[in-house]
Amino acid sequence: MSASILFDAPGPKTVARHRVYSVISLLALSGLVAFAVWTLYDRGQLEYELWEPFVSPAYIEYILIDGLLETLKMAFFSIIFAVVFGLVFGVAKLSDHAVVRWPAWLVVEFFRAVPVLLLMVFAFFLLSIGSGPLSSFWCVVISLTLYNGSVLAEVFRAGINAVPIGQSEAAYAIGMRKSQVMASVLLPQAVKIMLPAIISQMVVALKDTSLGYYILAPGLTAVGKPIYLEFRNQVPTAIVITALYVAVNLVLTLIATMVQKRLVGEKKELFVPMVGEVRSERNAPIA
Amino acid sequence: MEAVLSSFDEYLKAFALTIGLFLVSGLLSLIWGTILAVFRVGPVAILNKAAAVYVTLFRNTPLLMIFIFMAIAMPVLGYNFTFVEDWEIAGYNVSAFFVRSTIALTLYTSAFVCEAVRSGVNAVPLGQAEAGRAIGLTFAQSMKLVVLPQAMRAVIPPMTSVQIALVKNTSVAAAFGMAEAVATMRALTNNNADQRTGIFLAFAIGYIIIVEVVSLSSHAIERKVKVAR
Repeated sequence: MSASILFDAPGPKTVARHRVYSVISLLALSGLVAFAVWTLYDRGQLEYELWEPFVSPAYIEYILIDGLLETLKMAFFSIIFAVVFGLVFGVAKLSDHAVVRWPAWLVVEFFRAVPVLLLMVFAFFLLSIGSGPLSSFWCVVISLTLYNGSVLAEVFRAGINAVPIGQSEAAYAIGMRKSQVMASVLLPQAVKIMLPAIISQMVVALKDTSLGYYILAPGLTAVGKPIYLEFRNQVPTAIVITALYVAVNLVLTLIATMVQKRLVGEKKELFVPMVGEVRSERNAPIA
Repeated sequence: MEAVLSSFDEYLKAFALTIGLFLVSGLLSLIWGTILAVFRVGPVAILNKAAAVYVTLFRNTPLLMIFIFMAIAMPVLGYNFTFVEDWEIAGYNVSAFFVRSTIALTLYTSAFVCEAVRSGVNAVPLGQAEAGRAIGLTFAQSMKLVVLPQAMRAVIPPMTSVQIALVKNTSVAAAFGMAEAVATMRALTNNNADQRTGIFLAFAIGYIIIVEVVSLSSHAIERKVKVAR
């Protein structure tokens, strides 16, 4: 049992009590589910016509190609650019030169503290509206790149700091230059530590593509609207679209877990706080 | 910037709404998330599974979809929460939009709160609970006196991250009829397209101030409850 830390092996009395709790909670939960299904039924939400679009090929194609594929494309581009952005700024934050370090710090902290939606609206007004050069698709990609890139910059920084200090000392001792130490000693070891955090950031990016809804970008949330406006099936549409998001995210999480097992072992995940650390750099607790 | 300064009370009102959303849903998510975490580490296997399913489901759903559920799907099922508009709290009427947004934010954030609390409890070394039992403390005593005080300290940093994410997530309410900071920023930019950069920076600074206040107060709490190990 996962919670074995907190409990003694229960005696017969406790086992009996837990059984009563289980029965009660089972009843309560099934009551809840039954109530939800009954409400759906009562409001006519289980009628076949409302679900029909999700079994007719034309709409399935529309949802998968105009919705899921666009969402995945947005997430893919954002993550690729964000990794590059994060790598550049993460390394810049560790630079020995204050001229490089402070601007990088400012950029990273700024984009981490500002909501993605605010960035998106700004990018939309700056680059897309009227006769702007970019579509709202790319506004979503730009804002997600800036936000996730800044988060990844912190991940990279923490990951590089998590490499034992003896590694870089040894590298300097055999006469390597700073860039060599970074490129051939620190980064290869750090990537191993960071990979799970990078993949879970992908889940965040994928979920955040849905915010494009507010600036009329394509994607899964955007394809839902015409469907429920035409068929008046708000509830089934919301359920189907959510299920798609959850399925894709679960696949990504599964990959993250596999990668973590493969490369990091059972070690704990890298903890990266949302805003700048007040603590000293080297001693920052990397749980 | 001028556009913001000339309608500065609107700016303040927008951020007041953002802070209101944050405080109410932050508090509710702390309560609901802790209850979920108790289910998650507790001895009843079914509640354990149920809480795990809840967390997986809500963590992998975009917040926007939860908002769509609350704002577009629930009214079809007959839950539009308009009855709250008859209530009056300290002279203000509660709007149904506010209630819907708060519920959506709470449901979403609770999943993350639950995970933070659970990781805090798991961070307490095994020997602590064992030692508690060895000197004859009951489960409730060892939880209250040994495990939870240590877990609470370990929970502070991840919990701060969750709450800061919540501050930023309140912006999603903009897409569903709340005139909070992002919606106001969008409306202002619409009317003053030539000042878009200034307006953006003004609203960004507002968010940064809120985020910094949350993070600094968490550091203050952390320092206050820190113990020598």
